[in-house]
Amino acid sequence: MKYLDEFRDPVVARKILNEIHAVTTQPWVIMEICGGQTHSIIRNGIDQVLPKEIELVHGPGCPVCVTPLEIIDRAVEIAGRPNVIFTSFGDMLRVPGSHKDLFMVRSEGGDVRTVFSPLESLKIARENPDKEVVFFAVGFETTAPGNAMAVAQAAKEGLPNFSELVSHVLVPPAMEALLSSDANRVQGYLAAGHVCTVMGWDEYDPIAKKYKVPIVITGFEPMDVLDGILHTVKQLEAGTHKVENRYARIVEQGGNQPAQVLIKDVFEIANRKWRGIGEIPVSGFKISKKYAAFDAELKFSVDDIHTEEPEACISGVILQGLKKPHDCPAFGKECTPQNPLGATMVSSEGACAAYYKYQRILSE
Amino acid sequence: MDFPEALSCPLPILSHDTVQLAHGAGGKLSNEMIDKIFLPRFLNSTLEKMEDQAVLENPGGRIAFSTDTFVVDPIFFPGGDIGDLAINGTVNDIAMSGAIPKYLSVGFILEEGLPFETLHRIVLSMEKAAKLAGVQIVTGDTKVVNRGSCDKLFINTSGFGFVPENVNISASNLDVGDKILLSGTLADHGMAVMTTREGLSFQSTVESDTAGLNHLVQDMLAVSTNIHALRDPTRGGLATSLNEFATSSEVGIQLFGDAIPVKENVRGACEILGIDPLYVANEGKLVAIVPSNIADDMLSAMRGNEYGKSATIIGEVTDKHPGIVAMLTGLGANRIVDMPVGEQLPRIC
Repeated sequence: MKYLDEFRDPVVARKILNEIHAVTTQPWVIMEICGGQTHSIIRNGIDQVLPKEIELVHGPGCPVCVTPLEIIDRAVEIAGRPNVIFTSFGDMLRVPGSHKDLFMVRSEGGDVRTVFSPLESLKIARENPDKEVVFFAVGFETTAPGNAMAVAQAAKEGLPNFSELVSHVLVPPAMEALLSSDANRVQGYLAAGHVCTVMGWDEYDPIAKKYKVPIVITGFEPMDVLDGILHTVKQLEAGTHKVENRYARIVEQGGNQPAQVLIKDVFEIANRKWRGIGEIPVSGFKISKKYAAFDAELKFSVDDIHTEEPEACISGVILQGLKKPHDCPAFGKECTPQNPLGATMVSSEGACAAYYKYQRILSE
Repeated sequence: MDFPEALSCPLPILSHDTVQLAHGAGGKLSNEMIDKIFLPRFLNSTLEKMEDQAVLENPGGRIAFSTDTFVVDPIFFPGGDIGDLAINGTVNDIAMSGAIPKYLSVGFILEEGLPFETLHRIVLSMEKAAKLAGVQIVTGDTKVVNRGSCDKLFINTSGFGFVPENVNISASNLDVGDKILLSGTLADHGMAVMTTREGLSFQSTVESDTAGLNHLVQDMLAVSTNIHALRDPTRGGLATSLNEFATSSEVGIQLFGDAIPVKENVRGACEILGIDPLYVANEGKLVAIVPSNIADDMLSAMRGNEYGKSATIIGEVTDKHPGIVAMLTGLGANRIVDMPVGEQLPRIC
């Protein structure tokens, strides 16, 4: 397949791998930010073939995993209302709230639908003028332009029955929050390629300087990930800490300008809670005052949300890179993809689910 | 093989355009539907007696008996429809024991208001699939439910066939060293249905692989009756079938990732939706576990059949990691291919 197979070529991948082995002289801890990268690392077994000095820790870049419990509970509450069509990306449906997930709402008669784009929700809103159509707008900078576009379009068309339940989070504040923590072990970052496609990389320069960490922007195919690791290790070994763009086929320094204009118009920066991590200042988006009519949080007053996280779940420290999924006593026992205690076991991008699905054959 | 007379068969003249509740009430309208829609297409000497049951000859020996219910949405998809799926599904379930499928029953649940034109199209494709597989529909039933009580139509088929002597195929028969043979590309059916359902279109249409595999199985048995296990990897895909084998036989399965064939457009659809082809349904593929000394001959026999043209060896049975299916990646790492959980969900990003 064009544009994919070139970046999965095992011969070239092995060459990069050999180079990583050649340049590594001491232990390094590298965090891949994005859940898509975690997925690729585990699926291709990249962590199994790296030098043993290199430890990969899995970052908080899985939108499903970091969406706070309050928002899931709010979604569950709104989706269960009689006149509502609740639309969402597929993998949000199985995320456990305090008491139920969106699949359970559907089985109880709620109209919950999977969509591939917020523009599909707009279409549903046009076709069902007597229903309230809500889109669950989660994700990082990557999904923000599409979600902003849907709101702007609804305003333009005058679709009063469309709204978004927004839980948007931003990567750079989370990177800083992790680096400034006393328990931080991360020495270098693989930055999330598609986030940078939208936002560019100007935000990363100050982080690299302040915390003296190399930040290498890379993609999701095995060769991208290996190449990103190679350049991070090279910087670590040389003692440099620059932002490097190794995903130049997609990422430009300034990012996608029209997308940024749209985001600025529809959203405003807000403090956001991250599931498992807690509140991070100015780490997300909410719908701006101009588009308040399309904010589902304002449209549907949802009170009395008392969240309850399962006690056994350690997804918070996993998302911070302090522990690995198999360090959790519940991993693979009480907590499985079939019966997830925390969100990291739900999405295939979540570190726990990725470990569960692709976990190494430890006996070998 | 082609059936031009069936494909061009016009809708018979009926007193209604759509199915009414009365069509399921057993009176004149029921008879009209049976006489004009079902009987002409399914006719054989057993069915035409119009008894409440089919009375069939028993040649002795073992029989393989299976049932399946079909509720696919959409009912028409590229490469097939709910009708041929319903025939092929049960034919294949019977055939995976090595049996020669012979007789089927068909039960329809029709939603009030279903256009007869739709029903007729589906019945025509059932007729074609049954002829291709060489099975007879010997008994049937139709119910009509209120609008909204089912989605257009549901079909149940049950059937049986006769297991030849010396054939003993079972998920618990795997031996260390056995080879794993796959009859063709993965994920065609599931992705055809999913892309149709979601309104996604590609440069080349993703088509279902729905097909009866009983002749392919008989071609394989002609090489040797010593086939250890056979499965058609439908719901849950190849990963599920192989995990069931590994568990039942208490052996490990080692797959060679590069060897598993997936069509280019199907791979594209899977990439876009973030779905792993190992977990996607197939309706015209089989996976066979055979001793290594007959693997090459078996492969040649499979490749000689229309439905096994791109058959290939995808892995082997090992005494390492019993109960676990593992796959070698291009980097030389070995990852676990686990059982899927629930339906596969497209990923956010």
